[in-house]
Amino acid sequence: MTDKIIHILLLIVMPPLLLGVINKTKAWFAGRNGPPVLQSYYDIIKLLRKGMVISTTTTWIFIAGPVVTLAAVLLAGMLIPIGSFNSPIAFAGDLILFAYLFGLARFFTTAAAMDTGSPFEGMGSAREVTFACLSEPAMFFAFLVLAKLSGSLTLTHMLHGPAEGFSSAMAAPLILVSIGLFVVLLAETCRIPVDDPNTHLELTMIHEVMVLDHSGPLLGIILYSAAMKMFILGTVLLHIILPFQTRTMWINWPMFIIELLGLAIVIGIVESIMARLRMRHIPGLLIAALLFCGFGFILLVRYNQ
Amino acid sequence: MSLALIIIAISFAAASGLPGLFLSRRTVWGQRIALFMMSISTILGLAGAFLALVVDQSRTLIFPWPAMGNSIVGIDSLSAFFLVPVLLMGGLGSIYGLGYWPQLQHIRNGRKLQLFWGLLVAGMSLLVISRHAMAFLFGWEVMALAAFFLVTTEDHMNESRRAGWIYIISTHIGTLTLFALFAFWRWATGSYDLKPIASDAISLTVMNVLFFLSLLGFGLKAGMMPFHFWLPGAHASAPSHVSAMLSGIVLKMGIYGLVRFLSLMPEPPYLWGSLILVLGGISGLLGVVFAIAQHDLKRLLAYHSVENIGIILMGLGLATLGRSADRPEWIVLGMAGCLLHTWNHSLFKSLLFLSAGSVVHSVHTRNIDSLGGLAKAMPWTAAMFVVGAVAICGLPPLNGFVSELFVYIGLLGAGITDGSLVAVIIVPVLAMIGALALACFVKVYSAVFLGTGRTDAVAHAHESPISMQIPMLILAACCVAIGLAPVLLPPMLDNAISSCMIGSDVPAISIGTVVPLKAVSFMSVLLVVLVISMAAFVRLRNRFPRCVGTWDCGYACPTSRIQYTASSFAQMIVAMFRWVLHPHMHWPHIEGLFPKPVKMHSHVDDIILDRVIMPASGKFEKWFGWFRRFQQGMTQQYLLYILITVILMMSTMIPFKEFITRLFAR
Repeated sequence: MTDKIIHILLLIVMPPLLLGVINKTKAWFAGRNGPPVLQSYYDIIKLLRKGMVISTTTTWIFIAGPVVTLAAVLLAGMLIPIGSFNSPIAFAGDLILFAYLFGLARFFTTAAAMDTGSPFEGMGSAREVTFACLSEPAMFFAFLVLAKLSGSLTLTHMLHGPAEGFSSAMAAPLILVSIGLFVVLLAETCRIPVDDPNTHLELTMIHEVMVLDHSGPLLGIILYSAAMKMFILGTVLLHIILPFQTRTMWINWPMFIIELLGLAIVIGIVESIMARLRMRHIPGLLIAALLFCGFGFILLVRYNQ
Repeated sequence: MSLALIIIAISFAAASGLPGLFLSRRTVWGQRIALFMMSISTILGLAGAFLALVVDQSRTLIFPWPAMGNSIVGIDSLSAFFLVPVLLMGGLGSIYGLGYWPQLQHIRNGRKLQLFWGLLVAGMSLLVISRHAMAFLFGWEVMALAAFFLVTTEDHMNESRRAGWIYIISTHIGTLTLFALFAFWRWATGSYDLKPIASDAISLTVMNVLFFLSLLGFGLKAGMMPFHFWLPGAHASAPSHVSAMLSGIVLKMGIYGLVRFLSLMPEPPYLWGSLILVLGGISGLLGVVFAIAQHDLKRLLAYHSVENIGIILMGLGLATLGRSADRPEWIVLGMAGCLLHTWNHSLFKSLLFLSAGSVVHSVHTRNIDSLGGLAKAMPWTAAMFVVGAVAICGLPPLNGFVSELFVYIGLLGAGITDGSLVAVIIVPVLAMIGALALACFVKVYSAVFLGTGRTDAVAHAHESPISMQIPMLILAACCVAIGLAPVLLPPMLDNAISSCMIGSDVPAISIGTVVPLKAVSFMSVLLVVLVISMAAFVRLRNRFPRCVGTWDCGYACPTSRIQYTASSFAQMIVAMFRWVLHPHMHWPHIEGLFPKPVKMHSHVDDIILDRVIMPASGKFEKWFGWFRRFQQGMTQQYLLYILITVILMMSTMIPFKEFITRLFAR
């Protein structure tokens, strides 16, 4: 029970910290001081307390977008195990619900963006749904590998599989899958090299451009759910790249937090040393991720036979 | 009891259009009587079907039919399962027709529509309950012909006539295949009765021939990918409630045929299941890709039917594989996915077509790119469309998710236990189909209902009358109910699955034991509660938000034309799939320092109809043109043909043998 409470607390409290760490890393690379690590918390709290400005073109979808996104991401967060602990809600086939909750979030985010009738936001939504067509199959290939390794369709068992019975035969597929999933993570959370969260040029952006007209609490909710999405996908990735856990349970929580912050630093480093790809090269990157995950599965199947 | 109810329902449906024929064209009473009879038929029929489905009683009734021995109809859970959407949509469509196709505004073809609507419902119900090849074919032909007259309701329009001809040609190819199938069936089993074949009764070759004939005949009706070519045109040009019926229900008769035939067969070879799975994958992926490239609202929805038929076939393929491999959980998950997606698709596709009809009714155009901003004028229709769109994308918490979940769990299970390679490949394909469907429905919903109107057509948009809203509301409620409470389904699904499995000795397990439906229900309800409470919180905190125009970078006079159109939204995906779509771009010629306004347009032809069948039939026409030499219209020439024929026929009577022997006897 305590584990579940800590799980939910971490899920709710920790996500904005990741953004802070990433920004701090990027500032360090640029030789700046950068905003405080907790800046994202201040931003979100301030936005939540502000009033809203709504476009006259919009309908209820505009408000539904951020709200549904947050609800879906929150529920998806309940389905994944954190660290060595089981998820609060687990059942056979929850991986499909996990993936489709993100789908639901995407449907309403993009529809809300289109609701404003702005061409910029149209561009962003079109890109978001197009790139998802490639990252979604990649994610399912990755899940197939994990399901095959653990022989289970429950996310908790699937993600704990690498930690529980690690053998050298699993190493190659897991490495391929983790590369693929890392690309998917960058694409889904809109980081460089797929998207640049900092630019002001709408023509180059995906996620930021979709939320141009959201303001106040709605923008706060969007920032928060984007951070939470990164938290969740990062947690999934951590299970694969660092399948270690100690016997002492209470050490596992701090260890997980350190691992996740480490991942945020890695993302920050990637953002600092890479340039954003040109828009027409992004499908290539995502197809590469798809192939990595696919080859991971083929390797696994060949080995088992 | 249940069978009697259903037979009464069928006769009411069949007769529903008749009274109108004896009344004046300029009175509303014909339509009202038809509606009344259809409603009775729906209520009685649904009662009968649910009785048969829940209690799982199977009954057969023998009608003497001298020409063909005895004709048999019967009800079991599988028939009842497919009867439910047929009868439901029969009634709802009639109600919708009251507002959408009122007799007084369609004096020329209103009565025709009502007559064939009833016949279509009756024909489908008959074929679903028939247990004899002749009764099956009779119902099939009534359905096919009634559908032809419904597609060509507006036969003064060129487009409808063309779609109708393509439809009637393809449906008759299907019927001919079925003739061959049943003749062969009779030869193989010794009777026209549709009864399970014992496993040692027929050889593998015969089974394979039967299977491929049924795949072709039923696949043509179901709109499976290479045989889908008749579908988009026919479904787009019919009146919208007819499109809903055709897309949501009539296609499922092909699925019913396949399911029924496979259930009669003894243990199928591995090839069949794999083939159905692959065909399902192709239909699903190409169906949705072609849908994205469409500019016509109803054509787009029609292509989505191809996609959903693909998902249904995936379920069926998995179940067939399960029968070959003796894996009860694959059978249960596959069949449950196939059957439930059949229901779900008929619910949300009908809902989407009815909402599309509501749009067409209001703005008189089907071109997505000339619409926009309709959610303001038609909030009800827009809300119903959102429900349908979320459901068809297979997103939680609506019904599409539940059936796709069954298929997913089945495929993943098959993939991880045996490494069944086909199943493994299909999983990411299904994920991609889901993402593409989402892209497509975001595109169509936002282009039609969101933003601001792109042309003047939108300016006079109005909400539809209540008679059109009620059917949509009922369908949407069904989608929500199945999505939030899938725990209600196992009894019905289990009965239907067990009646497909009469011949097999695989132990039956309940779908409730292999899928955690309670957890799914819980999560769906939790999601809805979370969304509603957070939305209420946000809304109450900001009761009076400041309203200004959309941010436009300070541009002084933005117009509605700067919005992203549906075509631009889909452009990246169309470019990604240009290897199969082959989009035609018509670029304008721009010259001079001050070019005049020009237009560019693009369109995507159907892969089979426009790229294979049309060129091929053009070639055939050329070759057979040679025969025109014999057909010049001169009487003398025809007399000559008769003379030649008579001489040839008489020459057979010449006893050549005797003639020759006598000749040489000398």
